[in-house]
Amino acid sequence: MAMRTAISSRILSRAALPGARSMSSWWRSVEPAPKDPILGVTEAFLADPSPDKVNVGVGAYRDDNGKPVVLECVREAERRIAGNLKMEYLPMGGSVNMVQETLKLAYGENSEFIKDKRIAAVQSLSGTGACRLFADFQKRFRPDSQIYIPVPTWANHHNIWRDAQVPQRSYHYYLPETRGLDFAALMDDVKNAPDGSFFLLHACAHNPTGVDPTEVQWREISYQFKVKGHFAFFDMAYQGFASGDPERDAKSIRIFLNDGHFIGISQSYAKNMGLYGQRVGCLSVLCEDEKQAVAVKSQLQQLARRMYSNPPLHGALIVSTILGDPDLKKLWLKEVKVMADRIIGMRTALRESLEKRGSTLSWRHITDQIGMFCYSGLTPEQVDRLTNEYHIYMTRNGRISMAGVTTGNVGYLANAIHEVTKSA
Amino acid sequence: MTVGVNVSRFEGIAMAPPDPILGVSEAFRADTNEKKLNLGVGAYRTEELQPYVLKVVKKAENLMLERGENKEYLPIEGLAAFNKATAELLLGADNPVMKEGRIATVQGLSGTGSLRLASALIERYFPGAKVLISSPTWGNHKNIFNDARVPWSEYRYYDPKTVGLDFEGMVADIKAAPEGSFILLHGCAHNPTGIDPTPEQWEKIADVIQEKNHIPFFDVAYQGFASGSLDQDAASVRLFAARGMEILVAQSYSKNLGLYAERIGAINVVCSSADAAARVKSQLKRLARPMYSNPPVHGARIVANVVGDPALFGEWKAEMELMAGRIKNVRQKLYDSLMAKDKSGKDWSFILKQIGMFSFTGLNKAQSENMTNKWHVYMTKDGRISLAGLSLAKCEYLADAIIDSYHNVS
Repeated sequence: MAMRTAISSRILSRAALPGARSMSSWWRSVEPAPKDPILGVTEAFLADPSPDKVNVGVGAYRDDNGKPVVLECVREAERRIAGNLKMEYLPMGGSVNMVQETLKLAYGENSEFIKDKRIAAVQSLSGTGACRLFADFQKRFRPDSQIYIPVPTWANHHNIWRDAQVPQRSYHYYLPETRGLDFAALMDDVKNAPDGSFFLLHACAHNPTGVDPTEVQWREISYQFKVKGHFAFFDMAYQGFASGDPERDAKSIRIFLNDGHFIGISQSYAKNMGLYGQRVGCLSVLCEDEKQAVAVKSQLQQLARRMYSNPPLHGALIVSTILGDPDLKKLWLKEVKVMADRIIGMRTALRESLEKRGSTLSWRHITDQIGMFCYSGLTPEQVDRLTNEYHIYMTRNGRISMAGVTTGNVGYLANAIHEVTKSA
Repeated sequence: MTVGVNVSRFEGIAMAPPDPILGVSEAFRADTNEKKLNLGVGAYRTEELQPYVLKVVKKAENLMLERGENKEYLPIEGLAAFNKATAELLLGADNPVMKEGRIATVQGLSGTGSLRLASALIERYFPGAKVLISSPTWGNHKNIFNDARVPWSEYRYYDPKTVGLDFEGMVADIKAAPEGSFILLHGCAHNPTGIDPTPEQWEKIADVIQEKNHIPFFDVAYQGFASGSLDQDAASVRLFAARGMEILVAQSYSKNLGLYAERIGAINVVCSSADAAARVKSQLKRLARPMYSNPPVHGARIVANVVGDPALFGEWKAEMELMAGRIKNVRQKLYDSLMAKDKSGKDWSFILKQIGMFSFTGLNKAQSENMTNKWHVYMTKDGRISLAGLSLAKCEYLADAIIDSYHNVS
């Protein structure tokens, strides 16, 4: 349909320029795409000239001065790899070293699954790339399957599975009344889904709500998954960022592994190593045995080959340099804890600030929630007011990136939030 | 009723075949014979057969290290300085297309990623439209279109009788394609054949594409590697742009800046208006976001630094000429060795006529296999050898292998 329009308009205007192609475009039917709801916020923020502006939109860590941080361990790793003579293509599955170290973080340092080579794993383009590879893999090998996605979730999850042409269903997750987990409804959805359904789970520090199941709740979820034979795909983008302790943040995954599930995991170093722009991550799928893992990995590689051939090297080198050196790894763990602790501190500060201003609303969810984000409960209209009147930028679902909150702006932020909510 | 967790969901998954190109390097690595030669993947090697990190790249990286830049997410469309530099490198900084804002440029994951983005755009906005690819072409092209669900068919290109271009066939097939097809063209240094159209032939190709309202879709993976001159190698694309045509162009810096592993390239769409370009760019971003969110920064910064600094840019041009020059010398030596050793009177001059990193030897599958099995020369089964992986010192050995395979194996 689009083509016919384009062709007919070309025929009309062809007469104007003999011998030269007409200037009417092939791209008439291409509308402007809507702004990405998350990344579009930063664009708007950057364009704002106000000196008071605050960016609590995208989930990128900032220090207490509101500045991006490059971890010391990363700088040191870069010094070591500078002058690296190997710029040759990585294998399609990426850096083997990096992948091995990454699996240890998720599955455990001494995981039997790693020893038994039962994990099919490839380096991916951060978390997005890992999710997309898995979605494409799911489409190819389980074409009749759907993906159950929590409500709400990171907006790009919907785009990923949609572009992979895997139909989506949703399951209850966030309960607005409590600003907490809607556990009963979640369990109902798990029970009511057809046996053997595919579920997307956030391993820790749920994005955008910051609401995580408790350990007890995870065990119940795992048990019910076993009863129903469901497949659990974990998106773990914040390991280390939730509690400050990567081992603790992997608890949900370890529970499922102990219960004998065959899971899939997307891991990202964007936040916990501050390697955002380097696009480093890992997709893993636990298989029955080594033979199956080799087959699955070969298929994942083939999907990657058709998207980008092989993954970028630089970030992977940084990761494997850090994780492969005990001292650097120790330094990294320390730095992750510093970041997580600062965020936890800011949660407390924001909540206290709001309470001090005499807000009659409950803000305890700010400190109950975990990880980079706080699901404030603000309505889109209130968010618009924050942006238009106070130059505070966040996504319209009311998600505040706590990483953008500093001792310098927490008072201003609390004041603004109080102002737009006090009549609520 | 309950499904046990002891059986994996992925039980029935078969092993994927090794990638025909990247699989060659894997096989080479596994070979213990000391005479082995890797002429598989198109990755440049020095005369000592070592990988080569360009001096300008090292300089750029040191600058970047000193500056201590942060690692924040790039915007979805990539590094602005890179996008500007790459479009200018392709079309020339003074090109009216740039001044009129008629080009949509989005940083991509090297050539593959850029091709994939373009394919996704075609699939979404030109449902049913076909891409015509040359016969033969780079092995991954059809895979990319398949996975992107874009139908494709072939146009004649390589003529085994002349070991040259089947120009009549090419033009006829492009003419015969349904109006509004996308024609995938190699900007220079055709992969795998090394056979490029002449300037006159490019004009005729542009004529027939315009006649049939096709869209030219260039894959530019070797700018600089064909002739040694970055500008000269962009001549085909610039010819089309000068005619006011709308064009898709995928670029890669894997070879010409040696940035293979950093995955740096771009997809460019030259449109008839700035408005169309803005809309197209926004939709390319929308396709990239669910693929990888935003592209990797490291390679983009390197390119932006090299191209943006006149001194570094000049140094790059010189290194480019050296690399292309080494390949030309190797071609000459291989040709000389073949002519000296082969008494059959076969004309090996196509090796000199072909251009870029590759040579299409004319060896068939069985003969190519003989090259590997008997001579430990690793190449792709279509008879393509990568001269970038050949040293002057190994030319005679290779000549022996080719002569043996050509004459003694059918």
